[in-house]
Order: sequence, then structure tokens, then C-alpha cells
Amino acid sequence: MDRTLVRRDFPILDQMVNGKPLVYLDSAATSQKPRQVLEAVDRFYREANANVHRGVHTLGTRATDAYEGARAKVAAFIHAKSEAQIVFTRGTTEGLNMVAHGYLRPRLKPGDEIVITEMEHHSNLIPWQQAALASGATLKYIPLQADGTIDLQDVEATITDKTKLVAMVHVSNVLGTINPVKEVAAIAHKHGAVMVVDGAQSVPHMPVDVQDLGCDFLAFSGHKMMGPTGVGVLYGTREALEAMEPVHFGGEMIETVELYASTWKEVPYRFEGGTPIIAGAVGLAAAIDYLQAFGMSHVHEIDFALTKYAMDRLDRIDEVTIYGPRAERGGLVTFNLADIHPHDVATVLDSEGVAIRAGHHCAQPLMRWLQVGSTARASFYVYNTEADVDALVAALVKTKEFFSHAIG
Amino acid sequence: MQLDDLYREVIMDHYTHPRNKGMISPEALTVELKNPTCGDEITLQLLVEDDRVKDVRFEGTGCSISMASASMMSEAVKGKSVAEAKQISEEFRKLMKGQEADPDLLGDLESLGGVSRFPARIKCATLAWNALDRTTEQAL
Repeated sequence: MDRTLVRRDFPILDQMVNGKPLVYLDSAATSQKPRQVLEAVDRFYREANANVHRGVHTLGTRATDAYEGARAKVAAFIHAKSEAQIVFTRGTTEGLNMVAHGYLRPRLKPGDEIVITEMEHHSNLIPWQQAALASGATLKYIPLQADGTIDLQDVEATITDKTKLVAMVHVSNVLGTINPVKEVAAIAHKHGAVMVVDGAQSVPHMPVDVQDLGCDFLAFSGHKMMGPTGVGVLYGTREALEAMEPVHFGGEMIETVELYASTWKEVPYRFEGGTPIIAGAVGLAAAIDYLQAFGMSHVHEIDFALTKYAMDRLDRIDEVTIYGPRAERGGLVTFNLADIHPHDVATVLDSEGVAIRAGHHCAQPLMRWLQVGSTARASFYVYNTEADVDALVAALVKTKEFFSHAIG
Repeated sequence: MQLDDLYREVIMDHYTHPRNKGMISPEALTVELKNPTCGDEITLQLLVEDDRVKDVRFEGTGCSISMASASMMSEAVKGKSVAEAKQISEEFRKLMKGQEADPDLLGDLESLGGVSRFPARIKCATLAWNALDRTTEQAL
């Protein structure tokens, strides 16, 4: 596939920033959107917009078909058994919080255990931490190896019969580590615990088959996979979703409402109180079409090839420290340039048109584990090329020179 | 966008040679602040006697702008009355908004004016000043 043609699908990339061509290397924060997604959302609002599941009129039917069609598309994309296992959310954070509040908290007792890792994003840490604090349960951490991976022996040792839930990021947003969630799910199930996967960085970038992984819940965001902001997905097994309480009460999610009691619609509608994110779901469906034209294995190959190329080039700058494993990993590279603060690095890079992320990446415990205050991160997607990496490296060399001169 | 507007010589001097670094004593007025979006941290101590900032010190980690701003702030308010320190802080806020500010009150601080053209970095420059405002509130 000709990658310069791919770039043409992303109008935002064709612009100058601070007098330099934009080099967008922050897709792990949010991805750019192809015109196919922009047009799908635009077309929906122009031709089909109405509320779903209630209009008797034609537009109501069109909108409902579009929304439910998106649900079916998501189900097929992650290989769910049925579209009833797909709950539309605002994003990964909301999905994980729904599981913490609707599934875990009602059944969590003092002495129970929740198991997570030290590489979790705050959104896959705080919901469990707060559930543990509220119920007297214990939060346990699977330790990290020196290279930022986890050891299955540690997983075996940490999960016990007291463990009610294991939550783990599939691909780390900082280290790029691809965690063995399938093996961890098997261990969790052996002890009667449910397995929750944070798929925010995996679903957009590699093939994900929820039945093969054997997870009970998986949450991800649309905006990191070329879809609009404000739409995400919570997948659950039929059994897990049936056992989860709704957390958003209101219109659309009820069966009957009495003055002092109510009953809920069937799964997944009981979890989608209020007017859902209809246009967002339509945009997400268009993003899935776009990604499937590549094939997710191919997306992963492109991302990893760029990451390898970037690590190889960054290694040639003595002052660069790279974090995370060197083997197969997600499409991002986290690093520091000598003792220049990542914010200063990001500002100089921006002046060269290169957009990267700098900060703690919503993973403060992981920053402490790395013994750094913050880091810089470049992340890749199919619209990036080796020329983008070359621009990053050239801008880093310039940053190094600028600061050695400025500090004097 | 000119990088030299941001990284002025006087700023880099304060970054590499911070003034008033350290702590006064556990008894001094102390405020710890974090910038939650980036992890920058500052602990600021103020020794106020007879309504005057007799001593000011800080510890912290952060980027060149946040640490230089802390160092420059400490020099600017040391020896001033609490009311004057508050006034300088107010003028500094104007500078960050790109508004006209009193050059006599700001002195060297004016060199941080370039930050206003880098919106993403304003929160770096104001961290130490937010800590100052909290300590001067306590001093009253």
C-alpha cells in the first residue's frame, strides 16, 4: 500500500505548524481522523439524524439502523459472539468505571483482593483503588521486571482464591509492553476472578479477539482508533454483563418505571441511559471500515516497524534513554533526552513542527517505578512514515544543541 | 514562534543556578504544590516577620521555565512586605496573560513575558506563583 496515498486521507496532516510541515507523533494520546470518518459523521447529520429506538418516523429508523449497525460492526471487529455484548460508552475511562461501580462494588467484601499491575494508566488504577478503599478489600500489584514486562510466575503468585477481579492494560501507553492477557485471564479464571482488559492502546493497533483472549470485560476508546472523541466501547461476556448493575439511570434504559421501583431493559441497552452517542458510533463504524481495509495485522506491522526504526535512530543519540522492552511492542517509544525536561524537549520539537507528548502520561506510579518525573513519548500510526521519525531525530539533535548553547 | 523569546539568557541562568534553593526550617510557612498535568512539584517556604518576607526558599522538580520562575520569584519577593509580594504576583499574572504590567515592580521577571506566547507553558511559569499566593494567604 502506498503510504503517501494514506496521508491524503488525513487532511489535518497537510499543514504547516510554526513554519514547518506538521509531523504528528502523538497518536497514542489521540489519533487523527481520515476524511472517510469525517464524511460519515457529516452524512449522518445531514441525512439520518434523529433519536434512536423511539421514533416511528423514517429518520428515526435510519438513525437506529446506523447506530445498531455500528454496534454489530464493533462486535465483529473484536470477535464478540453477539452485538448484545457491546455497550457504547464515552471512552475507556467510562467503561472501566462502569465495571468498578456496576459489577465489582456490589459484590466486593472486606478481605477480597483486586489485582492490577504497576504499569496501569490512572483510569485502570483509580477505579479499583477507590473500590478497595470503599469496601475494605486489598489492592495488589503484580511487580514489573527490569525491562517493563510482567512475569507469569509473579502473576501466579499474586492472584489467589481471594482475588475477585484482575485488571490489566493490554498494551502499555508508556512502555509499549504487550501483556500476556490471555494467559493472565486463564490464571484469573482458575481462581474464580474476572479479567478486565484495558484495550485503549491495543484495539486501535493490533488484532484483538475477545473470545481468544478469554477476558470478561474489555474497554477501549474510539478516538484513539481514528473515530470521533466521546465514543468508546465496553465489551463484556453475556454472563458478566448480566451480572452488572446499570450506573446511569434515565431514559432509554428502562423497561417499566413505577413510583418506587423500576425495571431495566435487556443487556446492553440498560447500560446506555439517556440519548446515546449516535453520531460518535457512526464515526467509529467508519473508522473500523478504514482500519479493516488495512487489516489489523498489517497496522501492527507498520506501527512496530516505525517503532523499531525510531528506537534504532534514537539509540544513535548518546543522550537519549529509551524506556520499555525492545522486543515486539506497541507503536510508541518513550524516552528522555539527557536531563532536559520533557516539556522543554516538547516545546523545541513543536517549534520544528514535531508534535509529541511530554509529561507523566497519566501513569504516576509507573513514573516513580522508572524513577523519573516525566518522559517524552513519540507514538505512531499508519499515516506516519520513516521521514516523520527522521524529522523527530533531527529535531532532537537540534534540541540538544539548543540547550547546550542556552545553558552554556 | 521564536524559541529565544522563551528561553532568555536570564531564565536559563536561573534554571542552571537557582537562587534560594533549599528549606528554611520546618516551622516556616510551607506550601507544597503539584502541577497535576505534568508532575512538576514545588515546596515553597516563607519566613514572615513584621509583615515582611524575611526569607524565602524552595525545593522542586520541573522544567526550565517552572524552576527558573521559582528562582526569580524568590529573588523578587525577598525583603518585600507581604502586600508588595502580592502586588508583584498580580503583575506577574498580567504578564502571563500578555497584558501590560508594571516594569518597575517586575524587574528581571519581565524576561518571562515570552511565556505568554507559549500557552502550553504558562502553567509551568505560574506554579511557583500559585504556591506564593497560598503562603501569603497564610501569612495574613
